[in-house]
Amino acid sequence: MRSTALPAFTAPRKTVATVITYLVLTVIGLLFLAPLVWLVLASLNGQATLSASVPHPFTLSNFSQVLSGNATLQPLLNGLILSGGSAIVTMIAAALAAYPLSRYQSRFKRPFLYIILFATGLPITAIMVPVYAVFVQLSLLDSMAATTLFLSVTTMPIAIWLMKNFMDGVPIGLEEAAWTDGASAMQALRRIVVPLTLPGAAVVGIFTFINAWGNFFVPFILLTSPDKMPASVTIYQFFSQYGEVAYGPLAAYSIIFTVPVIVLYILVQRTLGGAFNLAGATKG
Amino acid sequence: MAARSLHGADPLPIARSLRRVGPLVPAVVLLLLFMAAPIGWAVYDSFTNVALTGVGASSASFVGFANFTRMFADPTFVQSLVLTVVFTVGSGVVGQNILGFGLALGMRGRNRVFRAVLGSVVVAAWVVPEIVAAFIWYAYLNDQGTLNAALSALGLPHPSWLYVYPMLSAIFANIWRGTAFSMLVYSAALSDLPDDVLEAASVDGAGVVQRLWRVTLPLMKRSIMTNLMLVTLQTLSVFTLIFALTGGGPGTASQTLPLYMYQEAFKFYQLGYGAAMTLVLLAIGAIFSLIYVRVLRVEAA
Repeated sequence: MRSTALPAFTAPRKTVATVITYLVLTVIGLLFLAPLVWLVLASLNGQATLSASVPHPFTLSNFSQVLSGNATLQPLLNGLILSGGSAIVTMIAAALAAYPLSRYQSRFKRPFLYIILFATGLPITAIMVPVYAVFVQLSLLDSMAATTLFLSVTTMPIAIWLMKNFMDGVPIGLEEAAWTDGASAMQALRRIVVPLTLPGAAVVGIFTFINAWGNFFVPFILLTSPDKMPASVTIYQFFSQYGEVAYGPLAAYSIIFTVPVIVLYILVQRTLGGAFNLAGATKG
Repeated sequence: MAARSLHGADPLPIARSLRRVGPLVPAVVLLLLFMAAPIGWAVYDSFTNVALTGVGASSASFVGFANFTRMFADPTFVQSLVLTVVFTVGSGVVGQNILGFGLALGMRGRNRVFRAVLGSVVVAAWVVPEIVAAFIWYAYLNDQGTLNAALSALGLPHPSWLYVYPMLSAIFANIWRGTAFSMLVYSAALSDLPDDVLEAASVDGAGVVQRLWRVTLPLMKRSIMTNLMLVTLQTLSVFTLIFALTGGGPGTASQTLPLYMYQEAFKFYQLGYGAAMTLVLLAIGAIFSLIYVRVLRVEAA
């Protein structure tokens, strides 16, 4: 008797709980959406203010305006050079370092890996003062190349760690088969290891790119010439320095600056089916 | 190891070790030059009065522990340390962590489309670059911003958030920005939980709260530890968000340690003092990083 009465008793309670959960989740979702809405609406508004409102007049001129001026295009190009450069450097250096760490045994391997893992947790923001001092000492201040290298170092530990794990997933048996078939070391590397670790290397590269692209503090400190600044610094200068801020164009510029990151994020998620690969993010 | 000797077919041991160590060289050189050297430099600098202007600029000299004693006698430093703890605990350990867990738990077993939409909105806030997030929140919390427009339309009080409650503003902005990370970690952990254990508990008559407290949380202990460490490390060193949102102000009301360090080193050119603060921030980070390494080692075993 009791077992048949039980569902009838619990069902309404369960429905109420479900409805409440949906309501609470919807409210949280709206609270997350609210700040974002303004950015989109303002970018389409000919006379945008700081408050979200229906675009009036509705226009795309904010976008065409920021896409036509050199003052707004140059920072995007600078950002591309810094981020693309550091992504390539990190990808190559991490892949090279990961190979022996994954394939050979050595008594230095464990301590080395612990140091790398430890370094993934160190706050990069904290070391900017001495990094600046070292850059001054080596006359590297305002150098795009040196800033690119430093940006690549900020994600190097996590990149090595991820690459090593990716390579561990490539069975050593495949390589050995190539060896016994008479392939040379380089051939085995080129035909077996590189293709199989390419997805991993791509993730590491994209992660470094996203991290460098959005980084404000590093170029803000290490670069001094206005014409070398990436878009992250330009956006800050636009909304902090000018008395009369043009919110519409600035919102449009922020969206243009954000789109590549979203595209790359979706790309990684699609190819690897999990955001968790990016979850080791050392932000800032 | 016998199989691996296939790789070691070189006649010379030097060539063999060269091939094993060689590929490490680019990464190690970069790490030494741009990470290890600056940390060593900070240790050295923190014991000198080096500065870009004034006495320390022409001839920096050893001052022993002067920078450190000055630091702990400096009320602004102590305040910045307290604000850093408030910010880290408020926005990271409590805010992001609990909200992220709640979202992951609440979204379990919901409608697929609903889950995808809500997940995308939360993740969007996380993917947006930090400087854009700061700009969005600057607009949102401004006197003429969306929040106050909505509050005054509802007849509710609408204070100048960024001036009256700068820390609260920064904390909310950072919860908004970082919750997705915890949500993703916990979603992954929850989907790894064995369903039958939860079912068994439910059949045994355990209530929702009991099931969460007695079954779910203990099973997720390791994920929670890992997440707490990572969130703490990320939140501890937040600079851009607060810098662009409040600039540390009004006055020093929201000046956390990274912002105070920036001001001393790059506005007042006190590099030695800034380096001493670098070490404090690094030491706090290192402690959490060490705990994190330990947790991961347990996980790997």
